[in-house]
Amino acid sequence: MAQVVQTHSEKPHLPPDGRQGFVSDWASDQQVFKNVSWGKAMMWIFLLSDTFIFGCFLIAYMTARMSTVVPWPNPSEVFALTIAGHEIPLILIAIMTFVLITSSGTMAMAVNYGYRRDRRMTALLMLVTAIFGATFVGMQAFEWTKLIHEGVRPWENPWGAAQFGSTFFMITGFHGTHVTIGVIFLLIIARKVWRGDFDTERRGFFTSRKGRYEIVEITGLYWHFVDLVWVFIFAFFYLW
Amino acid sequence: MAQATVETSGHGAVPASGEAEHQQHPIRLYLVVWGLLFVLSICSYMVDYFGVQGLWRWSLIIVFMLLKAGLIVAFFMHMAWERLALIYAILLPPLAVLVFVALMVPEAHHTLLTRLAFFGATPGN
Repeated sequence: MAQVVQTHSEKPHLPPDGRQGFVSDWASDQQVFKNVSWGKAMMWIFLLSDTFIFGCFLIAYMTARMSTVVPWPNPSEVFALTIAGHEIPLILIAIMTFVLITSSGTMAMAVNYGYRRDRRMTALLMLVTAIFGATFVGMQAFEWTKLIHEGVRPWENPWGAAQFGSTFFMITGFHGTHVTIGVIFLLIIARKVWRGDFDTERRGFFTSRKGRYEIVEITGLYWHFVDLVWVFIFAFFYLW
Repeated sequence: MAQATVETSGHGAVPASGEAEHQQHPIRLYLVVWGLLFVLSICSYMVDYFGVQGLWRWSLIIVFMLLKAGLIVAFFMHMAWERLALIYAILLPPLAVLVFVALMVPEAHHTLLTRLAFFGATPGN
C-alpha cells in the first residue's frame, strides 16, 4: 500500500568532491547525480537540448549573414527609437534586456524564499517575475509590430539582405515563445505555492504526487535559461 | 474531511530533516549578482551606443556576454554549488556547438565565394 518511491537521496554518504568524486559518481551504481533529484536533473538535460536548438538557430544566422553578398541591415539603426526628438539606438532592446535580468533576479530570490518555506514571499516574487516576463513579451510584440509596419518580412526588408527578416522572426519568435511558456509555468507554480500545496502535501492534479518546494528551483532553472539565451541573442543578433 | 486533517498537520510546521540539504545563501548574494548583470548589460549597450567598431567591438561584446552567462549559470542556476558530475554533464556537451561553428564558417565562405564567382556582386541572392 504505502509504496516507497525514492525521488531524491536524503543526504547520502557523498563521495569526495572534485575530480575523484566526478569519477566515482559516474562509475557508481543506480544514480550518477548524487544529490540532485530526478526532476532537477531532467530539467538540466532538457535545457541542454534547448541549448542545441538555439545554438543551431544562431549558427544558421551566422552562416546566412556571412554568405550573403548584400549588406546586412544595421541593427543599431533598425532597432532605434525616437524618444523626445532624439534617435536613441537599440534603446527598446536595452530596456527589454534590463526587464529580463530583473525578472531573473526576482526569480532567484523566489527560489531562496522557497527553501526557507516562506510561502507568501515565494509566491509574490514568482508573480513579480511573471509580470516582468509578460512585460518583456509585450515589448517584443511592440517591436514586431513596428518592424512589420516598416516592411520587414521573412523574405524581404527595405534595408538589405533578405535573410535578416527570416532569422529575426525565427530567433526572437522562438525565444518569445519560451518566455511565454515560462510565464504560464510560473503562474501555475506560484498558485500552488500560494495555496500551500507544498506545505499540506496536496497531490498534483495530473501526476497525483506530492510536490515539494524544489519545483520552485526547477521553474527557476527554466526561467534563468530563458534569460541566458537572451544574453546570446542580444550579443550576436542585436550588437554584432 | 481528509483535507482538514492534512491542513492542521502541515501549516507552519517546519520539517526537521530533508530540507536542510540545500545551502542557504543570503539574499545579498543575489542582489550583488543582479547588480553585476546590470552593469555588464550597460557596458555592452555602451559598446553600441558609442559605436565602437572593429576588433574592439567583437571582443568587448564576447567578453561581456560570457561574463553575464557565467554569472547566471553559476549563481542564479546554482551551478557553482553542484557536484562535478552534473557540471561536466551539462557544460561540456555545448562545446560541440563550437565544432559546428567551425564547420559552418568555411561553408559560409565557400557559399559567398561561389555567389561572387557566378553572380558577381549584383544584388539578389
